[in-house]
Amino acid sequence: MSNNREHVNRSRRHFIGTAAGVAAVTVAPGVVLHSLAIAEPRSEGVTDDVRWGMLIDSSKCADGCDACVTACNIENGLDLQQKPDGEVESKWDRQVAKWIRVVKVQDNLTERVSNLPMMCQHCEHPPCVDVCPTGASFRRADGIVLVDRHTCIGCRYCMMACPYKARSFIHEAVEVKLTRTPRGKGCVESCNLCVHRRDNGESSTACADACAAEGNNAIVFGDLKDPDGPVRKALAALPSRQIREDLALNTGVRYAGV
Amino acid sequence: MKRIVYREWRLSPQRYWGLLAILAAIAGLGGLAFAYMEHEGHWVTGMSNQVVWGTPHVFAVFLIVAASGALNVASIASVFGKVPYKPLARLSGLLAVALLAGGLAVLVLDLGRPDRLIVAMTTYNFRSIFAWNVLLYTGFMAVVIAYLWTMAERKGNSYTKPVGFFAFVWRLMLTTGTGSIFGFIVARQAYDTAVLAPMFIAMSFAYGLAIFLLVLMFAFDQDDRPIGELVLFRLRNLLGVFLGAVLLFVLIYFLTKLYGAKNYGLVSFYLIDGGIYTKVFWLGWMLAGILIPLGILFHPALGKSRPAIAWASTLVILGGLCSMFVIIIGGQAYPMQLFPGKTILESGFYDGVGGAIAAYSPSLPEAFLGVGGVAVAMLITAVGIRVLQFLPESLADKDVDPHATATA
Repeated sequence: MSNNREHVNRSRRHFIGTAAGVAAVTVAPGVVLHSLAIAEPRSEGVTDDVRWGMLIDSSKCADGCDACVTACNIENGLDLQQKPDGEVESKWDRQVAKWIRVVKVQDNLTERVSNLPMMCQHCEHPPCVDVCPTGASFRRADGIVLVDRHTCIGCRYCMMACPYKARSFIHEAVEVKLTRTPRGKGCVESCNLCVHRRDNGESSTACADACAAEGNNAIVFGDLKDPDGPVRKALAALPSRQIREDLALNTGVRYAGV
Repeated sequence: MKRIVYREWRLSPQRYWGLLAILAAIAGLGGLAFAYMEHEGHWVTGMSNQVVWGTPHVFAVFLIVAASGALNVASIASVFGKVPYKPLARLSGLLAVALLAGGLAVLVLDLGRPDRLIVAMTTYNFRSIFAWNVLLYTGFMAVVIAYLWTMAERKGNSYTKPVGFFAFVWRLMLTTGTGSIFGFIVARQAYDTAVLAPMFIAMSFAYGLAIFLLVLMFAFDQDDRPIGELVLFRLRNLLGVFLGAVLLFVLIYFLTKLYGAKNYGLVSFYLIDGGIYTKVFWLGWMLAGILIPLGILFHPALGKSRPAIAWASTLVILGGLCSMFVIIIGGQAYPMQLFPGKTILESGFYDGVGGAIAAYSPSLPEAFLGVGGVAVAMLITAVGIRVLQFLPESLADKDVDPHATATA
């Protein structure tokens, strides 16, 4: 009888020991990951101490160069979009998402030609934010205009309302995407001033870096509120304007030489 | 005045179920089109990053605008106290709800994320006229259903006038809200004008009444109920007046636009050199949708012919769809004026290179979805008048107005 009880106890002890081991192995990675995740102070919201913006000097924007477009496509995974089978090339080109494009304009009187990159102008009073029914289109405290992909219903009213035609709708199912730029069929997106870089404390955007690497330096990125920062210094040195200034949107992206 | 007797639609079962089967098949095609677009994504449509609202929106906005207009007949009866319209009030309310349901179905099923409808219903940005419209549309359904109840239930009869007045005010707000979806868009030259709100109200009067007339004439014809000239000619004259109102607002729209030099290009795009949009504007909207119907309705002989009145109503509806095509798709196809005084030579995103208008070809799934919405609206109407007492037994002159018999 006593022998039997001892046998039971031993097997129970053995079971409890194994269970504890399995539990530890199961839970430990989660605990480690959790502590890693909360170690980063990402819970702090952005503030309006800064307002991110750009000055684009079109006189430095080289004819035929599209380094900014290529860099943006790679940085934000836009190059990963795949033309669906059976889609016509010309139609796909009008449907594929583009965050930045190069525009070449000619003055009707003087015939002077200028090149410039166009993207979301990160307005202080963005029409896309006004019209969005769910508030998915919003402006961060630091001036970046973004789309919350959890509340975007894909109505495209923001695309109707954007005076710069800066937004793109995702027309196709997305197979491959980058962690830093989530993307899904049926939502709207646009330039976010490389917001992941802002949140990682980096100092520039992919397009500005690429332009500098080409030696053109047509794009100057920085804090519009910092009087000693690069953008404010460049703005002080050059006459600049906003595209569609008549709408009084106070854009975060300014242009010189247009 | 005689007591109005309402009766269910007494169509033979074969014809009734045949009609339902046809409507259900068309609605089903719309459903399949939705499933295809939702599964594949919007690349299968003609819509793009340049023309973001396409054929589904043409049908959806048309149906929503017509819905509020269809209620007018009821409003004339209970708000303005016109006795001959009273027997028509129930059908008017039913059509309003049915057309709105059809239009909303198209609008919602075209969303990039229709699965997130609950987000649209629970998360609001009240600076957006779209958010207001969500409330205006759902509220309209509730108000009109309450209005129908006051008409059908004896206990509710005393509330018909106040509820009817409330529904009338609501429908004006609804169409103002729909017109303002476009009127508030400062970015695009074709929009950005407050006149679109009253213009949409005038269009709703005309399109809603044209649909009402067709449905009324068809339903009455099918089970041999009489429509007297008193009712028919009143509705005919009203349709003519509403078409005149649309014409007036179109004129004001273009005169307003034409006064600013920056809009010369836009006006010439619509009226002279806009390709398909100019053709649809003149031939579809103006000629077929307004001028020919006006000619028929006020013609001394044709205006008395029932088939001619039915044809005029049909043309008004087709013209209405053309008007939505011109306003919604034409307004997007016309390039935005990013650089006034400059010509765009090249662009990586189709910014109107050399003034080019944006390309758009409607696709089959889009068209099926849109027509499916119309079928849904007609399906609701057909079932409604069959199972409930929406249609009066007779609209013969002697039954509508006692004075008619006295003079006859």
